[in-house]
Amino acid sequence: MQSQTIDPAKTALNHHHTAAVADAHHQEHPDHRIFGLIMFLIAEGMIFMGLFGAYLAFRSTLPAWPPEGTPELELLLPGVNTANLIASSFVIHNADTAIKKNNVRGMQLWFAITAVMGVIFLAGQVYEYTHLEFGLTTNLFASAFYVLTGFHGLHVTIGVLAILAVLWRSRVKGHYSSEHHFGIEAAEIYWHFVDVIWIILFGLLYLL
Amino acid sequence: MTQAQLQEKANIPAQIEEPGIRNWRDYFSFNTDHKVIGIQYLVTTFIFYCIGGVMADLVRTELRTPESDFVSPELYNSLFTLHATIMIFLWIVPAGAGFANFLLPLMIGAKDMAFPRLNAVAFWIIPPAGLMLISSLLVGDAPDAGWTSYPPLSLVTGQVGEGIWIMSVLLLGTSSILGAINFLVTLIKMRTPGMGYHQMPLFCWAMLATSALVLVSTPVLAAGLILLAFDLIAGTTFFNPTGGGDPIVYQHMFWFYSHPAVYIMILPFFGVISEVIPVHSRKPIFGYKAIAYSSLAISFLGLIVWAHHMFTSGVPGWLRMFFMITTMIIAVPTGIKIFSWLATMWGGKLRLNTAMLFAMSFVGIFVIGGISGVMLAAVPFDIHVHDTYFVVAHLHYVLFGGSVLGIFAAIYHWFPKMTGRKLNEFWGQVHCALTVIGLNMTFLPMHKLGMMGMNRRIAQYDPKFTFLNEICTYGAYILAVSTLPFIINAIWSWMYGPKAGNNPWQALTLEWMTTSPPAIENFDKPPVLATGPYDYGLERTHEGVPLSDADPVLSAATNSVLRAEPDEPYPSIVAEKER
Repeated sequence: MQSQTIDPAKTALNHHHTAAVADAHHQEHPDHRIFGLIMFLIAEGMIFMGLFGAYLAFRSTLPAWPPEGTPELELLLPGVNTANLIASSFVIHNADTAIKKNNVRGMQLWFAITAVMGVIFLAGQVYEYTHLEFGLTTNLFASAFYVLTGFHGLHVTIGVLAILAVLWRSRVKGHYSSEHHFGIEAAEIYWHFVDVIWIILFGLLYLL
Repeated sequence: MTQAQLQEKANIPAQIEEPGIRNWRDYFSFNTDHKVIGIQYLVTTFIFYCIGGVMADLVRTELRTPESDFVSPELYNSLFTLHATIMIFLWIVPAGAGFANFLLPLMIGAKDMAFPRLNAVAFWIIPPAGLMLISSLLVGDAPDAGWTSYPPLSLVTGQVGEGIWIMSVLLLGTSSILGAINFLVTLIKMRTPGMGYHQMPLFCWAMLATSALVLVSTPVLAAGLILLAFDLIAGTTFFNPTGGGDPIVYQHMFWFYSHPAVYIMILPFFGVISEVIPVHSRKPIFGYKAIAYSSLAISFLGLIVWAHHMFTSGVPGWLRMFFMITTMIIAVPTGIKIFSWLATMWGGKLRLNTAMLFAMSFVGIFVIGGISGVMLAAVPFDIHVHDTYFVVAHLHYVLFGGSVLGIFAAIYHWFPKMTGRKLNEFWGQVHCALTVIGLNMTFLPMHKLGMMGMNRRIAQYDPKFTFLNEICTYGAYILAVSTLPFIINAIWSWMYGPKAGNNPWQALTLEWMTTSPPAIENFDKPPVLATGPYDYGLERTHEGVPLSDADPVLSAATNSVLRAEPDEPYPSIVAEKER
């Protein structure tokens, strides 16, 4: 724990800016970035809700769903992929636990594992795309399938890039500490978001 | 002067020796100061308003005669499409964001927005998106399916322009969402210590409701437009019935945003009117909490009324009934606001300056639009006038008679704060009179035209509608002329107008407690609230407590009289006797 001494440069009583001005300036502004990120994810979630709503509307208005002649979806690979993505959410949480103990090495390890799991997920998606018997414009179900999974895959890609960015930044000693690790928290929250969206999406497209 | 003493004690003006004067180049750069961004928003959107206004006058010129003789019908379709898109996405929505940018941090005593760089990004998305949209006219294949862009029509005509339109609206929607995130975080997290939600000025409440609505509804439009873009470009058939798709789904997604969009366009100006009226009536606002909560009620109800735009699209009967009832319920919170404003003005000492005249015109004219809105909510009536000029009349009474008059009221009210100079009163009142005459002349006859059965979105019409259309067209010309005094007045006053001082209206909200124009970072220290935002005329009720009293609660709070010891005579009475 840090000591609780009062730094005269940082108190409201001191009108004159001193050498500590940059630090004091930083302290004056509470960090609202996590709250802002959550607001952003509400908006992101509403895009997905719009797409899910449209999918359900198509499903309910068309006489047969999926339309006749649509090849059956293979369930094994997506199932494994889903388990992989859910597991990665637990893996990435270990990184958060590690950094709160000021363990940068541990954080790097867990983030690297998560990134690998994310890449495996994306590779599985690409494999599935190349082996499916329908294309983007085959029928309404096929279009919805590709647009929904593709839009989600885009988010997984962004999540992986965010994780890699954190790993790249963490090479500088002291960039992340138990006190300052917004990037790690943000990447983790985003990753959980992507995971939750996938669970809904998997249920809608493959199981329902 | 009770007022002056209160301010001096309670709020420390920003340090002026800091570089407080803005260079004109700052306004053309990627600046992160919320005040610069606010003015960037307002000037940019006003330029787009003028462009959209020229398009409206071209449309009206075409409609002066029943024949199609001024522009080709294709160009006519593109003009009204772009007119609507520009006025909604590039004028009213971003103008509200512009005022919010300038005012919110000042009103809540913050130094800037929560995310200043994000704020600048949100603004700088707008000019390229707007120019892209207008450039679609030059491509020669401009969007011409109306601003609603319903498929399958939008998939078969003006396809290049339609692609540009989708990109442009997606960008503007992104800008709007980023702005809303910033407003929400700023309002929730950065209020000055001592300012609870119930000490916020009502404009802040209005922006809280608006931003929540933007955050929840705009992404759904984005989803709809992404699917539409796939239909247009990649050949999918989500909304194309020839390939098994369902255009009604697009209508649901579109109106899930675009109905809340009308509240996104009007709520900020409800907030503006709630500021302007008490200041210029010199009275506390009537029903502070009622106005604040009715904003939230409107934004919640606004999310569950969208299908009233689709009564003729074959939605099932029970759904029609549901949406009819919810739509009519919206009249209740709106009525609460209207009556609260009337009660605020009632018995007040009205200052009939331009800002107040615009605000009063707003109240009167918006009510007409509101009433025709309730009429349109009734399914049998709506089916009769659907897609006629009655709808055009209604939406212009709400958006022009409401939002645009609100924008002008706000400009006249806060111009002294933004620029440090006053606008010319006489030319301001000329502007107000011409606007009110022009708008009623343009849009009032449209009610009648709609009832007679004239369709909207057509270049040619039955000659029996000619006379009323001529009146509409001349009214539109008056509206065009009415803008000129304003433009000249604004530019001249910005450069040479008389100095306004820090608080020309003797207002009590925090933005008036700093310099005009406010210095960078607004306040030296977090300002202390001495009074509620609308405690006009209440200062005298406790004159007896010495203003030198260190505790602002005792010296200034409205109910400090209750703190007097019951046995002792009230100090002011003692002072009165000793005199």
